[in-house]
Parts: sequence; structure tokens; C-alpha cells
Amino acid sequence: MLIELSSLDLSMAAILVLLLGLLSWRMQLDISRQLYIAALRTTVQLLLIGLVLKALFASTQPLFILLIAMLMISVAGFEILSRQKRKLHPLGGFVISTGSLFVSSFIITLLCLLVIIQADPWYHPQYAIPLLGMLLGNTMTGIALGMDRLLQSAWQQRPVIEQRLMLGQAPCDAISDIRKEAMRAGMIPIINSMAAAGLVSLPGMMTGQILAGAPPVEAVKYQILIMFMITAGTGFGVVSTLWLISRRLFDERERLSFRRLLKTTEQH
Amino acid sequence: MKTLNVEQLRFLELGPYDFQLHAGQCTGLSGPSGCGKSQLLRCLADLEPHQGKINLDAVEQQSVPAHEWRKKVALLPAESQWWYDSVAEHFETLEQNALERLGFQSEVGHWSIMRMSSGEKQRLGLLRLLQNQPQVLLLDEPTANLDQDNTRLFEEFVMEYLQLHQATCIWVSHDADQLKRIAQHHFVFQSGELNHVD
Repeated sequence: MLIELSSLDLSMAAILVLLLGLLSWRMQLDISRQLYIAALRTTVQLLLIGLVLKALFASTQPLFILLIAMLMISVAGFEILSRQKRKLHPLGGFVISTGSLFVSSFIITLLCLLVIIQADPWYHPQYAIPLLGMLLGNTMTGIALGMDRLLQSAWQQRPVIEQRLMLGQAPCDAISDIRKEAMRAGMIPIINSMAAAGLVSLPGMMTGQILAGAPPVEAVKYQILIMFMITAGTGFGVVSTLWLISRRLFDERERLSFRRLLKTTEQH
Repeated sequence: MKTLNVEQLRFLELGPYDFQLHAGQCTGLSGPSGCGKSQLLRCLADLEPHQGKINLDAVEQQSVPAHEWRKKVALLPAESQWWYDSVAEHFETLEQNALERLGFQSEVGHWSIMRMSSGEKQRLGLLRLLQNQPQVLLLDEPTANLDQDNTRLFEEFVMEYLQLHQATCIWVSHDADQLKRIAQHHFVFQSGELNHVD
């Protein structure tokens, strides 16, 4: 069913990226370096993961699968931190980002594997790893956006938050508007892509399954499942990020303090 | 009768300080800019880390949630902040009577916060703060941007509140005549020393 791609086929696509880089270099758009590095990363990373998956599918060792899952979550956690304009303490930030990814991606993937898909065995890597990967990729974006918006707004609106504290508001009230804004920022991408799915965009996974020869309606069902999981995951992930961060934004006497959250160089 | 009792208060590298504020009275506080007056007020409202004991009658500051304390010991900063679009959204109710006595027309509630001058912000900031019915007012140069008439209105308004609610207040001002008019006690804060003057 599946038409295999040769190295030549891939090279032809690569030439397009190369041409784009040359064009941007000619026009002094300063993007070619980043573009080439990213293209190289995508090639190497995907080839590696292809090999890992091949080995995984051959073994179905639960411990090995768990290890890969943990690795994926950690990398996504770092990725979230690197997308923040205001830099967090490395350790504390990592706990917050991976904690939120764990709640949003890991637990939801588990639920989906155990209750909905029920493969045999339930942790079969053919389902577990791609599902977790898709969830991580999408919830990561939402969490990174929500976290960035919360930290940026809280930093810029320090005087307003303090004013609200002076008026006797509890921390959760003093920061309520900023939290709402951050929740919106984190959720908008997935809400938009649910709204546009099928009309404006054909989601990647569904397209992939159809290319691989799956019946379109089956592919659509999988896509709907994934969309809902991503939405729930993003929502729970952003909520837990907002909760963890806003707790650390205030000290034990309900004073606004970035000391426990941001690197010292970021506090001036 | 409410008394604010401060014992062995230390903050930053300053202190210790001991003093009392009595119900119905106003205490003036002056001193050069940057000497720590605002920091002192922030400590009393528990907005800055500090050591020592601060009591409002029998209630110790650290024994109640900070937001409850701040409702009773209320700080009016030199520059107040407004975050909703209109003035009225910052209030539960805007009392006509109080507005008029501070020199406002009743339509002020519909104002956009963008059109408030700094003097108007200070007067409305006071009204907003008094909604919590605080027992201690910490006023940081509250009339710095007001003209003479509005300054007098503001003073009378605060004095009446202190009497009516048997509250007490610290009033930071650089104007010696003003402190003579309103304050029963006067502290000068200079080079880390807090001295009572007569």
C-alpha cells in the first residue's frame, strides 16, 4: 500500500529548503543559518527516532518504553523553558514544566492506551510512543505560551498586582485577570486548530494514515480522538502551570516576589 | 479603641523602631526622600519582609492571613494603580455624598481611567481604600498633587473618618504647616533614626 520514499525523493525536497536559504541570504533576511540548523536537526533527530522506534517495536520491553517516554518528557520540559522570555531558575522551572507535561501528556496518554485503544499489550510502542509524542508536541506549545504570558504580564504589571494586594485582595484574586489572559494565550492555538480542522487544514496524523492506506473514516476517527486528547491535555497542562507558577509568585505572607521563580539576573 | 503597637521593627539595614499609633489620632511622618518612609509603611502593611512585632490591639500581624491584615492596615501609595477600563469598576459602590465631599461630580464613575489626573487618582484612591473600613491608614504623600482647596477637602475627609471609625493614621508629608494642622504627633525619619518631635 505505502509507496516508499527513496533518498533521491528526500533530496529533492531538501533542495527546496536549500534554495530558500540561498534566497534569504541574498536578500539579507538573516534566517538561513537558523533554517539550515533546524533542517539538519529535523533530519538527524527523525532518523534517530526512526531507528529507536524500529528497535522498540522489535522488543516491546515496558521498561525501555518508559525510559523513552521519560526522555521525551524531559526534552519537552527543557524546550518549554527555552521558549520563555523571562528565564526561570533551571531546577524550579524544570519541575514546573515537566510536572505540567506529566499531568497533561503522560497521564492522558496512559488513560487513552488503557481505556480507549486497549492494544495488546496496552503499552505496545506502536501506539504508546506516537500518541505520547503528538500530545507532548502540542501541549508543550500551549504550556510554553501560557507560562510566557503569565510571567511577562505579572512582571510588567507588578504595580497593579501590589495595588490589589494593598486593597486586601488575596493573591489568587490579585492575579486573576492575568491568569485568565495566560489561559487564553495557551488555549487559543488548539481551539483554532480544532475549529479549522477539515476546512482549512487537514491534520497531519490523519493525512499520514490516509497516505499509508488507511480508510479515510478510520483515519478521521483517530484524528478526532487525538484532537480531544490534545485539547484536554493542553488545558490541564496550562492550568497546572498557572497554578504552580502563581503559587510561587507570592511568598508565605502573600507578597509578590519573583525571587523564588526567576533567575536573579532577570529581577532587575 | 484601636491602637497599633510596633515593637523592635527592623527592615533592610534599619531599626529597631518602637512606636504606637492611637485611635482617632493622626501621626505625621516626614524626612528626606529615599530615607525609608515608604518602606516603613510597606512593612506595616506587611508588603515587605521585616522583623519585629506589630499588633493591632490584641491581633498580631503574623497571626492573621496577610490579606486580612491589609484590609485593616491599609496603605495608600504615592501613585495608585487602576486596572479596569472605568473608574466605577474599581468600586463596589460609589457613594455620592463621599464623592461630593472630595470635590467630584457624580458622573466620575463613568470616567475612563485614562482621563484621571494624578490628583484625582489620589482622591479616588482614598475612597477605594476606605471601602474596606480600615483601622489604620498609611498615607504616603496623599496630597502631593492636590491644589490648596482639594488638599483641605482631603484633610477634612480623613480627619472625619478617623473620628467616626476611631481609626488611626500615618500621614507622610513634606509640608510642615499641613502636619501642624492635622497631626497630633510628628515623627522625623532621617539617617535611619525615627525621632518624635514636638
